Amino acid sequence: MADLQSQNYIRRSATTMTPPTTRSNVEEVAKLIDVSRCIGCKACQSACMEWNDLRPEMEEFQGAYENPHDLNPGVWTLMRFTEYENDSGDLEWLIRKDGCMHCEDPGCLKACPAPGAIVQYANGIVDFISDACIGCGYCIKGCPFNIPRVSEKDHKSYKCTLCSDRVAVGLEPACVKTCPTGAIMFGTKAEMKDWAEERIDELKSRGFEHAGLYDPAEVGGTHVMYVLHHADKPSLYAGLPDNPRISPIIGLWKNVLKPVALAGIAFAAVGAFVHGILAGPMEVGEEDEAKAREEIERRKTS
Amino acid sequence: MSANRPKDAITRNGPLTRLNHWLTGLCFVLLMLSGLAMFHPYFSWLSFLFGGGQWMRAVHPWFGIALVASFFGLFVQFWRCNLWKREDTEWVKNVDKLLKGQEEGMPEIGRFNAGQKGVFWGMALLIPVLFVSGLLIWEYYFGHATTIPVQRIALLIHSAAAIGVILIWIVHVYAAIWVKGSMRAMIRGWVTPGWARHHHPKWFRALVETGSSGPTPNPKPGNRAP
Repeated sequence: MADLQSQNYIRRSATTMTPPTTRSNVEEVAKLIDVSRCIGCKACQSACMEWNDLRPEMEEFQGAYENPHDLNPGVWTLMRFTEYENDSGDLEWLIRKDGCMHCEDPGCLKACPAPGAIVQYANGIVDFISDACIGCGYCIKGCPFNIPRVSEKDHKSYKCTLCSDRVAVGLEPACVKTCPTGAIMFGTKAEMKDWAEERIDELKSRGFEHAGLYDPAEVGGTHVMYVLHHADKPSLYAGLPDNPRISPIIGLWKNVLKPVALAGIAFAAVGAFVHGILAGPMEVGEEDEAKAREEIERRKTS
Repeated sequence: MSANRPKDAITRNGPLTRLNHWLTGLCFVLLMLSGLAMFHPYFSWLSFLFGGGQWMRAVHPWFGIALVASFFGLFVQFWRCNLWKREDTEWVKNVDKLLKGQEEGMPEIGRFNAGQKGVFWGMALLIPVLFVSGLLIWEYYFGHATTIPVQRIALLIHSAAAIGVILIWIVHVYAAIWVKGSMRAMIRGWVTPGWARHHHPKWFRALVETGSSGPTPNPKPGNRAP
């Protein structure tokens, strides 16, 4: 999206300086997706394309409910459908609106090497600043949810912005506005958690004893949350990760290798410099030349 | 050749070797600068050298391909002379004395010493690692060729191996600055007989015995040159 000065950054990719943080009265927002109320109409997909002016290329029908079959640079949200046979043999149609989870601790931002290409606003929204994106695809490797997609045309990475442009001016995201059943709600994170609790109580009273909120703590919580009837098994919902976390490989790369490598390079460079100053150059003297000449002469005469 | 090349100078590196070396070096420096810019924010500013982040990301893999091809040329020319010998182990054991400038007691060595061989084999080992791991994380062509977990591992290996070659490169560059005459050996191609005898006595003698002016001894009738 765009760089929105009306919102504070709390995180900025590939930056060692503190981002501007003068606005202190910003509340964290969240989108709550109540899977139990979703009817799979895909209005949210259409609204997303409409607001963001996305017109992804038409694809072949792949024999699945999903349309298109996966997220792509022009598809920032996608209804994913799962036919689940529960323990009593009944069919449950689990429909999950997939897209960026807006992690409190975003793996994409951690992995991103381009200064300011990924930012997080004080309200919690994680946004890609396309202008600064270099198209390396590191965000894809950093993301625990397999969300970002790099365009083959402009080599920029794209994903849901949580309609940061709308939110910045006090509007709700386009998908929220359009949802005909109220399955997608938007507000402060605290409000959404309260609302989720009510919904979970209701689902429990209807017999979904494992109903619960999906707000995974391993990524610091998310600013897109799900109410799930089977919160004990998130992976039922088209592979929603049971325990999403930034890969330890990414941690090893960014938290260990990065500082150690820098120290190692500095040590080697400074060490070489100091040696050069203290030990001085390795030179060959006239004596060596004389001895060498002697040997050559000896060879010639023998 | 050059006007002020002494008559008795010994060729250390022929023109093709030198071109090959500097092409490899150019690719290496470009890869290092662009790679570091994508590794640590301290170096992000280097992206301007490549026309911005997008261009840098786009050209880095191509520099890599060029380096692999160019290094292969060096490998073919140098691998035989870099085979490990008994005196190399001896050299490594005494390297602390050498660093202090005490050259007495260092073993007599051939065309390359153990330090140079270390640089050679370090590069020969890590460049293929960088090549393969680099292909796996080349988003444009291979972004969908492997799974994301594989790419994460490739990314870590690529970064670690890159740091490895940069450290080797620092040793290589410093050694060339420290040992006077070696820079000329790679730029102009020649060394003085005294230099050859002092630093690489076995190589010097093999050349003298066969009447060769370098870089390799003339083939002797009957038995092969060392």
